[in-house]
Amino acid sequence: MGKLLELTNVHSYYGHIHALKGISLHVDEGEIVTLIGSNGAGKSTTLRTISGMIHAREGKVILGGTNITQHEAHVIVGMGAGHVPEGRGIFPKLTVQENLDMGAYTINDPKLIKERMELVFELFPRLKERILQYGGTLSGGEQQMLAIGRGLMLNPRILMLDEPSMGLAPVLVDVIFDTIKKLNEQGTTILLVEQNALMALSIAHRGYVLQTGEIVLTDDAEKLKKNEMVQKSYLGIE
Amino acid sequence: MKQFTSNPFYKFILFPIGQMLVFILGASLALSLFIILLAFLFRSNVTDFDLVERTLLILPQVLINGITIGFVYATIALGYTMVYGVLEFINFSHSEIFMVGGIVGVELMAYFDHTGALQTMNQYVVIGLAILLGMVISGSLAVTIERIAYKPLRGAPRLVPLISAIGMSFFLQDAVRLILSLTTGEFNVILPNFGTFDEFLILAVPGIENPLRFQIKSILLVGVTVIMLVGLNYLVNGTKVGKAIRAVAQDRPSASLMGINVNLIISITFLIGGALGGAAGVLFAIKATRLDPFVGFFPGLKAFTAAVLGGIGNLTGALLGGLILGLLESFGASYLSIFTNGAFGAEYKDILAFAILIIVLIIRPSGLLGQTVAQKA
Ligand SMILES: Nc1ncnc2c1ncn2[C@@H]1O[C@H](COP(=O)(O)OP(=O)(O)O)[C@@H](O)[C@H]1O
Ligand SMILES: [Mg+2]
Repeated sequence: MGKLLELTNVHSYYGHIHALKGISLHVDEGEIVTLIGSNGAGKSTTLRTISGMIHAREGKVILGGTNITQHEAHVIVGMGAGHVPEGRGIFPKLTVQENLDMGAYTINDPKLIKERMELVFELFPRLKERILQYGGTLSGGEQQMLAIGRGLMLNPRILMLDEPSMGLAPVLVDVIFDTIKKLNEQGTTILLVEQNALMALSIAHRGYVLQTGEIVLTDDAEKLKKNEMVQKSYLGIE
Repeated sequence: MKQFTSNPFYKFILFPIGQMLVFILGASLALSLFIILLAFLFRSNVTDFDLVERTLLILPQVLINGITIGFVYATIALGYTMVYGVLEFINFSHSEIFMVGGIVGVELMAYFDHTGALQTMNQYVVIGLAILLGMVISGSLAVTIERIAYKPLRGAPRLVPLISAIGMSFFLQDAVRLILSLTTGEFNVILPNFGTFDEFLILAVPGIENPLRFQIKSILLVGVTVIMLVGLNYLVNGTKVGKAIRAVAQDRPSASLMGINVNLIISITFLIGGALGGAAGVLFAIKATRLDPFVGFFPGLKAFTAAVLGGIGNLTGALLGGLILGLLESFGASYLSIFTNGAFGAEYKDILAFAILIIVLIIRPSGLLGQTVAQKA
């Protein structure tokens, strides 16, 4: 099991705001790794830096042995890193089917697109019922399913999920987390960003704790769950 | 129904043409009824002739003129609205892109004239080549302008690229003036005289006193713009590039996560908008016969207005807005002086058109087919 993704001393900025201050982390093939931390810690920025939506000013991002630090986002997707962004990023005025089509934008074989779409519908039968509905008219949970489904259309080597549980009813959160686990069992490597640290740590193999742009702690998920600092700050246990 | 709507012939040929017909007939009918009603109301004010009769007499021709110019506005308006849809930015240099297209087209025809080829060539081939060249030059110009003057400012506050666009407008006007003065010694370009474009196709319609007169120019103009609009509809709704354009317009960061090269799609958007503007420039030149580097200003302003009237960012809205504005202008030009006993002449046509625009925008700030900001989110 090699390292699929590796960040070394990554610094990212928004203008003058120094959002990531030397992040180093790695995700091995087949793992579920979670990134936890409070609001504004830099979790989303980490994912954005990996997927090329913003570029690191310092440090290196390696995906499958290739240095992708300065690659454009649309190139990185093609290299096997899927990113389901915070807030889902559904195209509100494209139908469910068209949204999934967009997920397969770089595929030219219509048969393959259809196959992948069927797999997504197996995972989320609800999407199939809403196939001709506009993305913007779906409920929050359905939009999250669509966002994940869309991210799976290219069959990525690593799927990065940014707060998939945000704004969802507990039942739906369970559905989403079960799906993530299932995907991982089928071979997809997962990098999961969550504020719901307890849920995240219960399905992850390892985790990193982020605080104001720096990694302050990393360990196996089981051990993080028992860590006093984590319990106090992120699990609400005194 | 589902099978019917997914039939490509219906979706990409019948539907857009049907939609155009509905818009033309709807707008024409509404304005005609309105003007006839006015004629009845004002009838007693005018004593030397019957106002209603006079109104009806010229009505068909007024409609034809309005629809013709309306299609020109619609074609230019599409350039504004496409770029706005994708970047939420008003490309104020679009009027100069239109102007350059027109001048390039006329210069090509003047060149054919100069070499003596013009009189022996098929007139439609000449026009076709001029339009093609106008599209290529204007399209490439639009792409280049975006790369040089807008792209570096993409993260800047919204006013900054706007100012850059206005600056680009002035730059293009003066650059064209300079080039023309250096090469031809003066900066008016005049369409060489050729072909049968000035002639009329006369159609007698039973029940209408005056036969309808369609100038060949106008038929050409409407024909070419209709073909381009159908083509655009197919491009945007029927192709992968079109889907990518819509995706970028709806959510740019998400689009890049789909593997869409956003910069390329933005360039393509400028290319399409610029090419449409260039074609409109050549068609406009055939009608106006005389162009100078500042000729883009008014058609550009009106087309922008048409885009806003229809709901900026909405392609169908640009078509509707262009047609309405063209019709309003034509109605104003023909009827203002008749209705006011000559107190307000045709030169007030723009005031009428813009007054109506303002009223529409007060009632519907997002334009006729536009969405409110809340809907868009
Ligand atoms: N688009 C942006 N422009 C400027 N600053 C941003 C932007 N996005 C995030 N930030 C800042 O970067 C830091 C990290 O944010 P983010 O990565 O979104 O945190 P998290 O996802 O952990 O809540 C915060 O201080 C936030 O204010
Ligand atoms: Mg975040």
